[in-house]
Amino acid sequence: MSKQASADTPFVVGSREFASRLIVGTGKYPDNETMVRAIRASGTDMVTVAVRRVDLDRTREEGILHHLDPREFFLLANTAGCYTADDAIRYARLARAAGFNEWLKLEVIGDETTLLPDTRATLDAARVLVAEGFKVMAYTNEDLITALRLEDAGCVAVMPLASPIGSGLGLLNPYYVRAIKERCDVPIVVDAGVGTASDACLTMEQGVDGVLMNTAIAAARDPVRMAAAMREAVVAGRLAYLAGRMPVREVAVPSSPPLPE
Amino acid sequence: MDGTVTIRLNGKAREVAADITVSGLLDELGLVPGMVVVERNREILARESYATVRLSEGDRLELVHFVGGG
Repeated sequence: MSKQASADTPFVVGSREFASRLIVGTGKYPDNETMVRAIRASGTDMVTVAVRRVDLDRTREEGILHHLDPREFFLLANTAGCYTADDAIRYARLARAAGFNEWLKLEVIGDETTLLPDTRATLDAARVLVAEGFKVMAYTNEDLITALRLEDAGCVAVMPLASPIGSGLGLLNPYYVRAIKERCDVPIVVDAGVGTASDACLTMEQGVDGVLMNTAIAAARDPVRMAAAMREAVVAGRLAYLAGRMPVREVAVPSSPPLPE
Repeated sequence: MDGTVTIRLNGKAREVAADITVSGLLDELGLVPGMVVVERNREILARESYATVRLSEGDRLELVHFVGGG
């Protein structure tokens, strides 16, 4: 791809520039070696990690930092698994105390079956954490009003879902995601629900700033190859958005000039 | 050093040497201080204090670290 074809505004979140518009999770890979290879193949420079109790019954050290070099990838700690604002705030503080950065993927879940976000608790937690100096990237549903409120609360990015976490259903509501992108000034990163490369491409074609995914790569038969596909899909979707698609017509229009009479 | 104290470590009772420091405990557990965050009675401990903070009977300790996640 030529330099000119890929010319684009940089992907900047909270005054930090990232080379890739793809953010990748580190959970659920078959093994750590595959995870690292897949993350490298994805071309990402930002990966999400979770905060959990050290498993003291295990002799094998399973902390992710034994496998991922925080100098190679920017670590975005999440509050996954938190069901209340208080829990999310507690885990955010624990994550920051790990000493890498003050960034956070804020996620407050409202329902165990759908894993849909509790948007009110998310907003409550966001306000507290922003006041404490966190750079909050807030996971939410594809609701415009919540997105606007999260932006008002000082989040550095708003991250509406494409579809439920781990579902692989793809982008269910492109219209609402576009509405969020059009109305918010902070970067919009679609987080959760992407299942395969075409989903990632279609998502980026909506004009959003980035995509965050985990299961789509980790649960693929060949995660490393899927990661490479996602890298291409995100670039292709972004380019197609910038290029501006042709209008859709419900009649055929010939591409070749008509024959002479 | 005389005797032991019982603390709750990640939700489970554990006997440790009386007056053991956080550093001493991490060492005993084979954990690298830079890789874990320690919460004592719901307060996060600064890494610089690990060598000086001593554990007392009934302390609730949480040791957390980064794991894979989305």
